[in-house]
Amino acid sequence: MGVEGIGARVLRKEDKRFITGRGRYTDDMAPSKTAQAVFVRSPHAHARIVAIDTSRAKAAPGVIDVLTGADLAADKIGGLICGWMIHSKDGTPMKAGAHPAIARDVARHVGDQVAIVVAETKNQARDAAELVDVTYEELPAVVDLARATDPDAPQIHPEAPRNIIYEWSLGDAAATDAALARAAHLVTLDIANNRLVPNAIEPRSAIGSYDPAEEHFTLYNTSQNPHVARLVLSAFVGIAPEHKLRVVAPDVGGGFGSKIFIYPEETACLWASKRIGGRPVKWTADRSESFMVDAHGRDHLTHAQMAFDADHRIIGFKVATRANIGAYMSTFSSCVPTYLYATLLSGQYDIPAIYCEVDAIYTNTAPVDAYRGAGRPEATYLVERMMETAARELGVDPAELRRKNFIRTFPHQTPVIMAYDAGDYDATLDAALAAADYAGFGARKAEAARRGKLRGIGLSCYIEACGIAPSAAVGSLGAGVGLWESAEVRVNPVGTVEVLTGSHAHGQGHETTFAQLVNDRLGIGIDKIAIVHGDTDKVQFGMGTYGSRSGAVGMSAIVKALDKVEAKAKKIAAHLLEADESDIVIEDGKLKVAGTDREKSFLEVALAAYTGHSLPAGMEPGLKEGAFYDPTNFTFPAGTYVCEVEIDPGTGKTEIVQFVAADDFGKIINPMIVEGQVHGGIAQGIGQALLEEAVYDRESGQLMTGSYMDYAMPRADDLPSFRLMTTETICPGNPLGMKGCGEAGAIGSPPAVINAITDALGIRDIAMPATPARVWEAYRAAAPAMAAE
Amino acid sequence: MYETTYHRPSTLAEAASLFSGASEARFLAGGQTLLPTMKQRLAAPTDLIDLSRLAELKGIEVTADAVTIGAGTTHATVATSAEVARAIPALAKLAGLVGDPAVRHLGTLGGSLANNDPAADYPAAVLGLGATVHTTKRSIAAEEYFQGLFTTALEEGEIITRVSFPIPARADYQKFRHPASRYALTAVFAAQMKDGSIRVAVTGAGSDGVFRAEAIEAALAANPTPSALDGVSIDPAGMLADIHGSAAYRANLVTVMAKRAVGGWAG
Ligand SMILES: Cc1cc2nc3c(=O)[nH]c(=O)nc-3n(C[C@H](O)[C@H](O)[C@H](O)COP(=O)(O)OP(=O)(O)OC[C@H]3O[C@@H](n4cnc5c(N)ncnc54)[C@H](O)[C@@H]3O)c2cc1C
Repeated sequence: MGVEGIGARVLRKEDKRFITGRGRYTDDMAPSKTAQAVFVRSPHAHARIVAIDTSRAKAAPGVIDVLTGADLAADKIGGLICGWMIHSKDGTPMKAGAHPAIARDVARHVGDQVAIVVAETKNQARDAAELVDVTYEELPAVVDLARATDPDAPQIHPEAPRNIIYEWSLGDAAATDAALARAAHLVTLDIANNRLVPNAIEPRSAIGSYDPAEEHFTLYNTSQNPHVARLVLSAFVGIAPEHKLRVVAPDVGGGFGSKIFIYPEETACLWASKRIGGRPVKWTADRSESFMVDAHGRDHLTHAQMAFDADHRIIGFKVATRANIGAYMSTFSSCVPTYLYATLLSGQYDIPAIYCEVDAIYTNTAPVDAYRGAGRPEATYLVERMMETAARELGVDPAELRRKNFIRTFPHQTPVIMAYDAGDYDATLDAALAAADYAGFGARKAEAARRGKLRGIGLSCYIEACGIAPSAAVGSLGAGVGLWESAEVRVNPVGTVEVLTGSHAHGQGHETTFAQLVNDRLGIGIDKIAIVHGDTDKVQFGMGTYGSRSGAVGMSAIVKALDKVEAKAKKIAAHLLEADESDIVIEDGKLKVAGTDREKSFLEVALAAYTGHSLPAGMEPGLKEGAFYDPTNFTFPAGTYVCEVEIDPGTGKTEIVQFVAADDFGKIINPMIVEGQVHGGIAQGIGQALLEEAVYDRESGQLMTGSYMDYAMPRADDLPSFRLMTTETICPGNPLGMKGCGEAGAIGSPPAVINAITDALGIRDIAMPATPARVWEAYRAAAPAMAAE
Repeated sequence: MYETTYHRPSTLAEAASLFSGASEARFLAGGQTLLPTMKQRLAAPTDLIDLSRLAELKGIEVTADAVTIGAGTTHATVATSAEVARAIPALAKLAGLVGDPAVRHLGTLGGSLANNDPAADYPAAVLGLGATVHTTKRSIAAEEYFQGLFTTALEEGEIITRVSFPIPARADYQKFRHPASRYALTAVFAAQMKDGSIRVAVTGAGSDGVFRAEAIEAALAANPTPSALDGVSIDPAGMLADIHGSAAYRANLVTVMAKRAVGGWAG
């Protein structure tokens, strides 16, 4: 390992600009003559739009134009799409309702946009938005997953009777039912996975601008995948053909999935710019809008049964899940509760039969789509709550029950599509148990009891599928896109390097880790390596960043491009050194004839490539190579998390007194960045378990948790000091052996926390978030006599 | 935010006359409640009269019997005041538990009391110590001052100038924070006054705002130790209930926090 190569704890190159306030975010962009947009949003969860009178607003000071869904339809701007086709059990395609960028006849959730006001200043646009007279006819709304399919529930889209989008299944129903029938012990749980608001620190923002002379559009946007945005806006929404649309995603301040999707607002800004003659149109969400209209995460209700034989081996797992999709199908909403969820239900365990049914359901709420982990946290939460419950019911040590059922031979084909390639689940379990002093828990619990505290311990052995994904495989499952990645490595004549990547960084530190890879290969200092991303005019088509794919897929594409660069550089060096190409080695930034002192610096070779004065016969000048990498499999990071809590029985407050995370991420490029990813992930997972929940009022459909006054984000003092460790099995599926680390923390931690709380209270289940009030109510119900302090 | 006209008077008298001359004026102190409300367009004063620089509203004065704090004093100043910490440590502690450091360096005693949020901290100390609220027009006893959620005895244009807190024999403040807002989900200010009387005020829990917990006061009057509260329960009927806690939960917290506050008397 070099000082800046793979495995080095290099400080993040990008942090200087972020820490000194020099980051350039979409809202920082101020093209000349930019006009400001504000959306008029529905105050009702469900309402017919009877009439919209824009005349007062149009006459207000500074207003340039006020546009509605009718104008949008007149201009034949298409609706937004869901890019993954799911078929129901009966073979019928999913029943998606229309998703116009501005609602036309019906508003379907609080915050649904019904008009866009464009003015000279944002305050003028806000003032005018209040003057848009919308006549609504209120309709009954349903926000509740359990009630949305009732025969008398309000119908949200005509296309989806009883609000059911699809009724999908995976696995072998007959084999699973047979296993359940012969079970020595059956564990049954009804579990909810709470709805979350992503809360990226940078709100979403878009600047659309139209150049009438070139008939060309430019979009600055808070996007995790600008090329996908361009593709969708071109091919489906119909803004302009791809060569007439440039999408730039500059610095992006956090995404967690919520900035993958193609939202209505960017379409509206692009279109409005053309309508007003080409002035750029900017919209930046305020925090209240972020709460209302960013795609939310999770929101499942699940009934599950796990069958064990007399020897405590799992023989079958049957799952029925309802997934809340919200009022519209967001870009990848259909695949999250299906192929990113049910395919992980085998966990780390050898389970011969699994069957899962998922019903996707419309409600009058914000759209729900991928949020850090996307489906995999829901799967892990379910599996690990089942395992802990089973161990308690069987009266065995939860760690040992897991160990008994671990998969130990690889590759392992699960009954739910996934073929795990490598792993060592005993290694992470052992590491975590040792670090947590699992054996000493009893003494700690007794000591806590003397202080009047209830102490509990909980485990979670998670698995996730990252590095999404082999294009042919996802194509066969309904994906509208391939999930490969692209890279181009440009060596400049002076020997510095630019890497153009289709991945997109919004907090992950790509400018550092990708440079570390190049340093490792070419020996060039990372200060001489620039990572270029996020601009469709600069970078070749790429798929963007989500699902912990930038390492395993994005960096693999860079490896392939580097292979080609190295091969050409070696040819040039061999020519210059009059040696055989096969004798050339690259070391410390030099191309050497192995076993001699003859060498050329990388700079000399680069210069030679560009002067073209002396190249091998027939060789093209230049040193620049591109590659596309399509993975052969998902990757399977896995690990064990141990959470230990103390509960104050008087107030119900839970304190996390110990949190240990042992992860196997395969090869690690920069341990410091990996630790940062795990810290953030665990913080979000603890947030889900203890604090966060998007709550809608059942009657009115209003979002009750529409600000930080009611939506509790984790703060530093809600979190313990994490103890992290890694074990390593190399991923055989990609050249660097990487698995991915971006979501593990958010996936692995919620069940560990809830298992610890239910252990402390001696109860079967508690709903997330386990707020002090809920914990106190549960404690009072479990131990009424003791509840008063 | 809607457009508004900002004024910076240099005396209380000037502030009062600016107020009466404007069509819909509001006083501005730390702005920690008023400005977010204006940004959300929920308040639209035509004129903002900034009290935050008025010397007449500043200062902390400690006598043998009372601590008097100017209405314009920030929470941070009270929290870090050595004089307050010596005379009424529970009051300094309370001020240090308001919001976060940024809020404490702008928000003021007068602003907090004028606003009378049912989950705010200061009302518990004002009622718990039987303080007197002095205004440009009169002096108001704590019992008369608080009149329900966001409602006070203040009249149109009346400015709180200072608050006199009697120095108790012993007191403590125990706050159970709201998980999201960090205001009081339930907090209790419990004091034994120099004449031996007991005052226990509760914020965050009551559906009418801050209140005195008479059952707890009675139990402590008989036996001023934490164990006196074993078995004392509060009727959930008068408690707030929302997505963050039921009435029964808040009623429980009243007793639990009161017990801890009395436990804090020893320290
Ligand atoms: C993030 C955040 C967290 C907070 N957490 C807490 C908390 O934990 N506990 C808590 O108690 N509070 C909390 N607050 C509120 C804070 O304490 C405010 O300081 C307080 O509510 C208002 O004081 P201010 O000086 O900012 O008043 P302003 O916002 O300026 O004014 C509030 C109201 O009082 C009026 N007013 C101001 N001064 C006077 C005066 N001298 N006479 C008459 N009327 C006056 C104004 O006209 C206005 O109507 C929080 C606020 C924020 C933003």
